Amino acid sequence: MAAFIVRRLLAAVILLVVVSMMTFAIFFLVPRLAGMNSDQLALRYVGRGATAESIEATKERLHLDDPLPVQYGRFVQGIVVGDEFNYGPEVVKCPPPCFGYSFRNSQPVTALLIDRIPVTASLAFGAAILWLIGGVSVGVLSALRRGSVFDRAAMSTALAGVSLPIYFTGLLSLALFAYHWKLWPNGVNYVPFTTNPLDWAYNLILPWVTLAFLYAALYARLTRASMLETMNEDYIRTARAKGLRERTVVVRHGMRASLTPILTIFGLDVGLLLGGAVLTESTFSLPGLGQLVVDAVFGNDLPIVLGVVMVASVFVILANLIVDVLYATLDPRVRL
Amino acid sequence: MRQRRKLAATATAVALSMVVAACGNDSGSGGGSGSSGGGGSAEYNAASEGIVNKSDATGGTLKYVLSDAPDSMDPGDTYYAFNWNFTRLYARPLLTFKPAPGKAGLELSPDLAESLGEVSADGLTWTYKLKQGITYDDGTPVTSKDVKYAIARSNYTAELVNGPKYFAQYLDAGNYAGPYKDKNLDDFTGIQTPDDSTIVFKLKAPFSEFDFLVANPQSAPVPQAKDKGLQYQAAVASTGPYKMESHEVGKSLVLVKNDKWDPKTDENRKQLVDRIEVQFKVDANDIDQRLMNGQADVDLGGTGVQAQARATLLQDPNQKKNVDNPQTGFLRYAMLSTQVPPFDNADCRKAVLYAADHEAIQAAYGGSAGGDIATTALPPSVVGYEKADEYGFLQDKNGNPDKAKQALQACGKPGGFSTKIAVRGDRPKEVAAAEALQQSLSKVGIKTSIQQYPSGDWSAQFAGNPQFVHANGLGIQIAGWGADWPSGFGFLSQLVDGRAIKANGGNYNQMELNDPEVNALLDKGIQTKDETERNATWTQVDQKVMASGALLPFVYEKTILYRPENLTNVFVNPSYGMYDYSQLGTTKK
Repeated sequence: MAAFIVRRLLAAVILLVVVSMMTFAIFFLVPRLAGMNSDQLALRYVGRGATAESIEATKERLHLDDPLPVQYGRFVQGIVVGDEFNYGPEVVKCPPPCFGYSFRNSQPVTALLIDRIPVTASLAFGAAILWLIGGVSVGVLSALRRGSVFDRAAMSTALAGVSLPIYFTGLLSLALFAYHWKLWPNGVNYVPFTTNPLDWAYNLILPWVTLAFLYAALYARLTRASMLETMNEDYIRTARAKGLRERTVVVRHGMRASLTPILTIFGLDVGLLLGGAVLTESTFSLPGLGQLVVDAVFGNDLPIVLGVVMVASVFVILANLIVDVLYATLDPRVRL
Repeated sequence: MRQRRKLAATATAVALSMVVAACGNDSGSGGGSGSSGGGGSAEYNAASEGIVNKSDATGGTLKYVLSDAPDSMDPGDTYYAFNWNFTRLYARPLLTFKPAPGKAGLELSPDLAESLGEVSADGLTWTYKLKQGITYDDGTPVTSKDVKYAIARSNYTAELVNGPKYFAQYLDAGNYAGPYKDKNLDDFTGIQTPDDSTIVFKLKAPFSEFDFLVANPQSAPVPQAKDKGLQYQAAVASTGPYKMESHEVGKSLVLVKNDKWDPKTDENRKQLVDRIEVQFKVDANDIDQRLMNGQADVDLGGTGVQAQARATLLQDPNQKKNVDNPQTGFLRYAMLSTQVPPFDNADCRKAVLYAADHEAIQAAYGGSAGGDIATTALPPSVVGYEKADEYGFLQDKNGNPDKAKQALQACGKPGGFSTKIAVRGDRPKEVAAAEALQQSLSKVGIKTSIQQYPSGDWSAQFAGNPQFVHANGLGIQIAGWGADWPSGFGFLSQLVDGRAIKANGGNYNQMELNDPEVNALLDKGIQTKDETERNATWTQVDQKVMASGALLPFVYEKTILYRPENLTNVFVNPSYGMYDYSQLGTTKK
């Protein structure tokens, strides 16, 4: 098991390097291939009153004239040994891991990531708990009562949940719960858990439910299909034949087997969401990683994009690793 | 009932946002006539020309929200109109615009300075005297050296790149390296400070509108010892009625009363509310909901509500009285490249001007509530504007095919020609305008294809890059422009001065107009001391540009602002094209 984890971590480092090189290339190599020169790249980062001097100064400040490998080397160097940044009157040290400074507002990217991760994590984990409990329960019940009114109603609702985009359900829930029934009279405003846990939860309920609605619908359908397949297996019939209680058959034999693929998807989904729940964060104005990266993409703010991509990649890789380890626990047939 | 109707409209609007995007046509012309004087009550468009809910009541908190994050809250490093308006709450420039609705709001008023600038006989020296008794929020007196330092840092450093660089362009400062490289401020010879309350600007050439330049927030003083460069925005030294309590860059800002601010030295601002909270990055549709439901007071951006809310507001009489429909100061237009055949021939350009369906294009911008049909290069909100309609746009709102065909005949293309329309693909109104123009041009045989480009690199790489424009045959480019200060020069200099065209991109003179007469008029105007004569020159520039046929003005842009009922002293300051943030109060406690 330990060797497996070490192997996976090494692979993860290589993957992170590849991902960062690709992101770097998208921002700097592709525009150059398309014919942009460093002056035009610099123009992205100066105001509309750009002068020749300010363009030249920006090129120098952002090292846009350096060869791409040198720029990439500087990025890696920052992560490993840190960097320094010129704020104008003073030069400040950026300790490792230093992801650089925003091209737009000169904020240190590492601090921005640390600031935004709790928001996204709060959203992702809260919603994940809701959709896992809700989705799996509904899926199991639907499978066990196949063809019933409950099954049909649940699957119709699930179809709606999968089909409706978050920016619709999110805005609708805001219009109904926040503005019409005034259950959130001040709208949704993120409050850190450390400031006030109750306010934190109160302000996240709507985003949680909205996000969970989409995923729960998906999980309910997946669980139902998986459960139906499992409950038709021979070993389920055997379990029933040897006189086990139905509850034991369903929970210990049926659910355990049918949840294995669900767990894989769950790990990936949570990992991806931790990299930023873009639509949910934008709809509810939550200052998380998703909102940060979308702004950065529109603003060609490479250091932030790189930072978020790195963090998201780490989360996805970690989630995969955890899923693989849990897989063996859930399904003893799997040997690592 | 009102709530239910609002809810239904909201739900429908959410679902059908694309459909209602074009709603609002012509609805702007209805409703009340607006208040003409001070102290008007809430009615449609009342704050566009008068003051709504005039009050000296104090207390409460004002909540501002913004869908984006600003370039910077540092007065020396921002180029957003809303921020030139907002930063006055904590930063006092030498001059500012009068806090008044209508034409009066275009006039300058002394702020940090005792009076408007005194210009020398040769027009090369401008002198300002600072008012006595003005201090920062820590009680330190403001000196003229702080103003000099503020201008040095905002115009002569590589770090603060967001704001304009007019001082660097016009001051006679030699090869000054800027205060971050050269710590000795005496080396900055473009500005002299003979004593703590006098500041003297030395210019390379006469510049008669210099007063407008010092109304820019870049002239708000910065104590050198407190300057942290790019980080200064986190804790700006305040001279205004409010000071920063906290600022999480890109997330939120809280201002509280500055007890060192003396209202006796400041006739331009009020200090009514106790606290001002700003939240950045709030979803644009959510902002409208918050405004209409009393959870926010002001949309800081001041660019108006989204299409969904617009439909709701203009159709609901109970809400419409809380709506203003002011001009933003922006001109929306198409530029015809004078270097891309066949538009190198003026008659071919004029054929486009005559053929355009102005009403259809106006509809693309939201109908009359989105803007009035434009007939000049200068919008009405800048001095120098004179009403004119050389091509009869208002008479032939749907175009004049006969004259278009005559122009085509004159340009040697009687059967029409083919060209391309470049447009920013992420601007739905501009894409719709391109389609409307395409349709109207096709009626006279001018075939067009629409090319969409991202707005982020629009000026640097695409429409503002002459090489790209020529290589791709982009004959028509659709864009918009607002003035840096409300005069003909402030509006036109970057748009029509052919000498400023940069070969590598980053241009706004996308028609590549380089008319020696226009250039000469710009030079003559900016050196003319007499205001009336100077403004007449801007009118002449306008006429010359229109005569060239290279500019097809679309609309003088208007917007739909929602005015929450609790706001007091609300009016649109035409210099910013939005509510004047220096005067607002609230009845909410």
